[in-house]
Amino acid sequence: MYRRAIAIVLLLLCFCGSAIAQESESVVVLTHDSFAMSEAVLEAFEEYTGFTLEILRSGDAGQMVNQAILSKNNPLGDVLYGVDNTFLSRALKAGIFAPYESPKLENVAGGFLPDDTFRVTPINFGDVCLNYDISYFEEQELPLPQSLSDLTGPEYAGLLVAENPATSSPGLAFLLATIAEFGDDGESTYLDYWQALADNDLLVVDGWTDAYYGEFTVGSRGVGGRPLVVSYASSPPAEVIYGEDPEAGAVTGAIIGDNMCYRQIEYAGVLEGGTNPDGARKFIDFMLSPAFQEEMPLNMFVFPVVENIMLPEEFTAYAAIAENPASLDPARIEENREAWIQAWAAVMLR
Amino acid sequence: MDSSLGGGHAALTASLRCAANLLYLVPLIFLVVFFLYPLLALFDLSLRPDGILDLSAFARLLSSDYHIGTLVFTVYQALISTTATVVLALPCAFVFARFRFPGKSLLLSLATLPFVLPTVVVALAFAVVLGDGGLLNDLLRTLFSLDYSPIQLERTLALIIIAHIFYNFAIALRIITSYWASVGFATEEAARALGANEISLWRDIRLPLIRPALLSSAVLIFIFCFTSFGVVLILGGIRFATLEVQIYYQAVSIFNLPLAAALSLVQILSMLVMLVIYTRSQNRLQVSMSSSAAILRCPRTRLQRSVVFACVLLITALLFTPLLALLWRSLFLTGKLDLSGYIELSQRSRASLLFITPLEAVFNSLRYAIMAMTAALALGLIAAHMINRRGRWSRFSDPLFMLPLATSAVTLGFGFIIALDEPPLNLRSSWLIIPISHTLVALPFVIRSVLPSLRTIPPSLGEAARVLGARPMEKLLTIDAPLVSRGIVVGATFAFTVSMGEFGASLFVAQRESVTIPVVIYRLIGDPGLGSYRQALAMSVILMLVCAGGFLIIERLRAAGVAEF
Repeated sequence: MYRRAIAIVLLLLCFCGSAIAQESESVVVLTHDSFAMSEAVLEAFEEYTGFTLEILRSGDAGQMVNQAILSKNNPLGDVLYGVDNTFLSRALKAGIFAPYESPKLENVAGGFLPDDTFRVTPINFGDVCLNYDISYFEEQELPLPQSLSDLTGPEYAGLLVAENPATSSPGLAFLLATIAEFGDDGESTYLDYWQALADNDLLVVDGWTDAYYGEFTVGSRGVGGRPLVVSYASSPPAEVIYGEDPEAGAVTGAIIGDNMCYRQIEYAGVLEGGTNPDGARKFIDFMLSPAFQEEMPLNMFVFPVVENIMLPEEFTAYAAIAENPASLDPARIEENREAWIQAWAAVMLR
Repeated sequence: MDSSLGGGHAALTASLRCAANLLYLVPLIFLVVFFLYPLLALFDLSLRPDGILDLSAFARLLSSDYHIGTLVFTVYQALISTTATVVLALPCAFVFARFRFPGKSLLLSLATLPFVLPTVVVALAFAVVLGDGGLLNDLLRTLFSLDYSPIQLERTLALIIIAHIFYNFAIALRIITSYWASVGFATEEAARALGANEISLWRDIRLPLIRPALLSSAVLIFIFCFTSFGVVLILGGIRFATLEVQIYYQAVSIFNLPLAAALSLVQILSMLVMLVIYTRSQNRLQVSMSSSAAILRCPRTRLQRSVVFACVLLITALLFTPLLALLWRSLFLTGKLDLSGYIELSQRSRASLLFITPLEAVFNSLRYAIMAMTAALALGLIAAHMINRRGRWSRFSDPLFMLPLATSAVTLGFGFIIALDEPPLNLRSSWLIIPISHTLVALPFVIRSVLPSLRTIPPSLGEAARVLGARPMEKLLTIDAPLVSRGIVVGATFAFTVSMGEFGASLFVAQRESVTIPVVIYRLIGDPGLGSYRQALAMSVILMLVCAGGFLIIERLRAAGVAEF
């Protein structure tokens, strides 16, 4: 028994030893757990550059950024992908990125660069907005809300489910949309709006999964009773692609009225102090190549930032891009995030 | 006594004792390297950012009504959940230890299944059973022709407690049953022969007798509920928050590391205080009884039969209804029998890096579960042996080994990132971190399962064996092992289950080999669409089936092992 135990310990030590050996020719990509990409595309990168790719997922976007900051002196990877505009300021302030101006940036539509320091490169974007149950609205002959204010009307009482901004990324994005629309200063603020929503029987749940699959009429297949949910503009095509009958067409729609959506832009950056800065830069170029950009919609349900990228059929048919999404300055978000969320919680938990 | 033995023997014994002491170091080293060191590194970074100790976060914490309220609620819900779980499990444990009835061991194994399911999946199952539009409300509405849903449990404290019972019932049931079965019913029979009635049997005989196992399981359950995260968030909604939820919020959303560290320390220290009290009460309780394995009876009287029936019914209603709802939902989501979830899974519809075939995911999960189970058993048995000697070591190490359970996953994760970043321990992005962190969490289960029965072995038994010339190894194999074999099986089962269901650590690394079954479930359920939902349900059912298979094999191994000893 003792001998066996010792053998196991030795075995464990051997395992540790083998884990130390690292290849110098690899590019380590630090990303969040929603990262998905087809293997063929990633293999193309490896073939083209001669580097091996190592993808490190590090929890949700917030966890990933925090881990990158914590490991600043000894970076976890060479390149980070997936920091969005709600966490961008935190990452920039911590100084984890080395500037890199990708030649491919010339293909990126204007307005996506956060500043002119080139510490991060925009890769994709997506709009957080309301999704609605098409058949419910048709049966009830209910018009769609045209603005965020409409949602406080009696005809939409008890219809909406949203997510907690403290724990959910779309929840935070929707809170930011309301702050952009109603402000956080003056006589009437976003808090009055949320109070009105709460009075109108709004349901707030912890996360997207619970909202969509637990409460949304379409997602929960009838178990939940809310025909309006805070989700993404790209959810309707996903609902078709992974739906029962892709031929049958859309069952949900996204409401993309002015200032009703919040735009999340995801960036990539070369990590300062990484062992393979050359590989990191090549990977950023690669992410802006048509091969990668074209594959993003169906893998991660986001939109490419590069212009003139062919969108998949389901996206052109069922997805919509908000013309005038709400937005806030990343620095302002980082500065006020805690205060905004706490004030929100004080109203909602009253 | 030693002096009466030959000098050569004494030297041999001394060197063996020395070897044993060295062996005791192994689990301690494991704990120090993979738990204490990362934790202290994070606390150091958080509370001493510029080399100066800054405790203002504690001041902020203690002066905030909100955080004090969170602490109070955390303790409060954990106390209710633990009491409710143990009270419900106790009569069932008696029935399982006392009676023989068809399907018993299968039922006991399957009762452990809830433990493995991810909270998001359980939340969906609960909605299907208990939700406003759920089965139970449907049934009640039809039966009593109501026009409203009579059961309104969504986002209430009651639902949190029901979920905690659902998750933790098996801990109490299995630890108490195995202990009861090994100490037997001889005392009870004697008392009964002397005319004791049922009430005094429970009060004077049974409860004092099983107290070690009762407390052992209660401690585990309390820690689990104390650090509850997903259940409180998802089923409790935004109104309820435990310390664990607050730590996640401060560490991830706000990135206020000093406050997160302060909250973590409060969480760990309050658990430590409780564990020290517990360990002391255990040490005072030095009942070494001559154990006689329980003789199982068939339920004969009508009362006995109805008690067995009631217990089976309780377990079915409480544990199996949500599991069956999940199975039913995975097969009949669209109203008719529909296997497409399972079929789509096996076709690997998305040719993406992280969407691997279910078979690969099952293989990965099993690999880590077996590694973690083996390591936890080896380290846990040594640790339990050490704690059982009741020396100075025991007082320190018993609470220490429980602490990984009481530590927030985010805190420990961040600790790994900053502490295990250099050779020879550059593990933070290695898959090894998965079995290692699973072992940390599984260790307390092995210790708590084995220790109660280990403590019933009277030292005189070992001395007798030694006088009769048995070598320590022989003593271990012929005396200790058979007596604690039930405890080992329970510990192994939980270690296996903890590893199968855990997913936090698997998220750190994204090579193909790290994609386990829970990771696949989370990925699927993170995308909209009937297909994703259906596949997630199918994968959850596969997770249950694989675990059930694992339990049966572990049971078999024990049967074979005991016969051999």
